[in-house]
Amino acid sequence: MGILEVDTLSLSFGGLQVLSDVSLDVSEGRIFAIIGPNGAGKTSILNCIGGFYRPDAGRIAFDGRDLSRVSTDRRAALGLARTFQNIALFHGMTVLDNIKLGAHAHLKTGLLASVLYWGAAHHEEMQLRREVEEEIIDFLEIEDIRNLPVRALPYGLQKRVELGRALAMRPRVLLMDEPVAGMNAEETEDMARFILDIKEERDVTIILIEHDMNVIMDISDHVAVINFGRKIAEGTPEAVADHPEVIRAYLGEKKG
Amino acid sequence: MHIGNFKETYDADEAVFRTPTVRWWMGALFVALAIFPFAADDYLLYMANLTGIAIVGALGLNILTGFAGQISLGHAAFVGVGAYTSAILTTRLGMPFLLCLPLSGLMAAALGVIVGAPSMRMKGLYLCIATLAAQMIFMFVFIHWESLTGGIRGINVPPPTIFGLKADTEFKYYFVTLPVVILAVAATRNIFRTRVGRAFIAIRDRDISAELMGINLFRYKLYAFAISSFMAGVAGCLWVNFIKIVTPEHFPLHESIRYLAMIIVGGLGSVLGTIFGAIFMTLVPEILKNILSIFQAMNPTAMSYLFPLQSVVFGAMIVGFLVLEPHGLAEIWRRMKDFFRLWPFEY
Ligand SMILES: Nc1ncnc2c1ncn2[C@@H]1O[C@H](COP(=O)(O)OP(=O)(O)OP(=O)(O)O)[C@@H](O)[C@H]1O
Ligand SMILES: [Mg+2]
Repeated sequence: MGILEVDTLSLSFGGLQVLSDVSLDVSEGRIFAIIGPNGAGKTSILNCIGGFYRPDAGRIAFDGRDLSRVSTDRRAALGLARTFQNIALFHGMTVLDNIKLGAHAHLKTGLLASVLYWGAAHHEEMQLRREVEEEIIDFLEIEDIRNLPVRALPYGLQKRVELGRALAMRPRVLLMDEPVAGMNAEETEDMARFILDIKEERDVTIILIEHDMNVIMDISDHVAVINFGRKIAEGTPEAVADHPEVIRAYLGEKKG
Repeated sequence: MHIGNFKETYDADEAVFRTPTVRWWMGALFVALAIFPFAADDYLLYMANLTGIAIVGALGLNILTGFAGQISLGHAAFVGVGAYTSAILTTRLGMPFLLCLPLSGLMAAALGVIVGAPSMRMKGLYLCIATLAAQMIFMFVFIHWESLTGGIRGINVPPPTIFGLKADTEFKYYFVTLPVVILAVAATRNIFRTRVGRAFIAIRDRDISAELMGINLFRYKLYAFAISSFMAGVAGCLWVNFIKIVTPEHFPLHESIRYLAMIIVGGLGSVLGTIFGAIFMTLVPEILKNILSIFQAMNPTAMSYLFPLQSVVFGAMIVGFLVLEPHGLAEIWRRMKDFFRLWPFEY
């Protein structure tokens, strides 16, 4: 039984069937890739897992627990973190504050304590600062930009900061929507390395949506292919790449 | 950054007054604030008190609107709630000022939470209208619940007594207002050093991803309304004990708009900007009035057109500022600082 199970998920908007009976079984500690052409429904799957969309039918279980009655903000507290296809950082904050914000659900400071900023509240913030510095800022090599407002950063760095924010959520499962889209070769390589390190050193299970087939082949353990809202193939990267339907539906389209 | 004791390094880095220069300037500011009442006349002290009270109220609104992104057109009504609460507690129950102050805040906060509840379902203009409705309803209650509020005649209150001392002059009241202003500024700064303040900003910037980050939107929006109206209530209590009378006409809609103007002119989402904005909106009309009275002395019949001119000039100044610097006085200040590198207030 996997850490995240998606069972016959269906989703529609008005008359548009976006997902039809999609089932995924994500094993703990793996990189699980979801690929498919534009508009296939990949992001919609993540939105259902994260709680932003309510599926019409189907069940999502996280660590054996049915998520359908768990509110969006509680899902984050359980250990589901997310990076977005169109970066969704908080533009009015610095890099440091964006990352700290990721830890929100694990902190305790209440309204009154925050006003006083005394004792436990102060201690908690210092502890957080230390954790963020040592485990995230160092790891992602973003020391130089920590005090800059995020809106001033180039695209590749914003993606990195967004990953940092997701790590601060102390995820057990990390949902990443096209983490290398729009990056140059060097940035892509860095990002792929970060993703592998996160899997290996932090025991985080990763669900990765990506169009870059080189990255998929390099780092993923398991690949599911989505086309027109249906899962059309699944398996190891090699097996999927050779799958005739995949070549037709996805790779063929790119090559042709 | 990573040499030495991490605790001390991070502590120092997260401190509000980071560098010795900043601490020096802050020291100088406090000294100036302490000397000021001994050098100023009653008129200046009167203006200083009004400015301080406006700062407390505007900080509340900036937390709600500038930081948390929830616009309110009813802020003055909450100042009114604080003022009435204090007046009623003082005159009916003889409650001491130091108890009235937090209770006025709490009363306004409780009502603020009720008014804020629809914010879960409403945003932007819709929320604007909801808070406008609250403004109207509170005004209605101030006017018509005569047995409690004294109707349009209002309530007179005696000067407050604190630790046996009567704060019955502008000079003495300055020492009531100033500590409350300092506490309000410190409290606001503190909020934004913790997860509560970060959550406010996240809700303002992108409420959907804020929720995906584990922020309970409803709870934090209510927190913002509570804090905001608490500060409004405290400002109201300060105000009524200073002016010594409260009537409904002190809290009309355009007073709410004046508060909005303070935070917009000063800088949305900026503590320092709030202070600048409150000073600007309190002092500039007075300065204009004084300038015009000089003209009037030269030509007495000019008053008929000079008087409206005052509002026109003031309005034009606000628009001018906003065109030149949409991010408010705080941003102008920041650029000045960058220009004079030797002037390093770090906000
Ligand atoms: N909120 C929504 N309302 C209406 N239609 C939607 C909504 N979200 C997604 N869709 C539709 O669902 C389909 C799948 O969208 P989705 O974003 O999941 O695709 P995707 O596989 O992530 O594509 P891409 O590779 O371009 O990111 C698209 O046709 C899209 O227009
Ligand atoms: Mg997508």
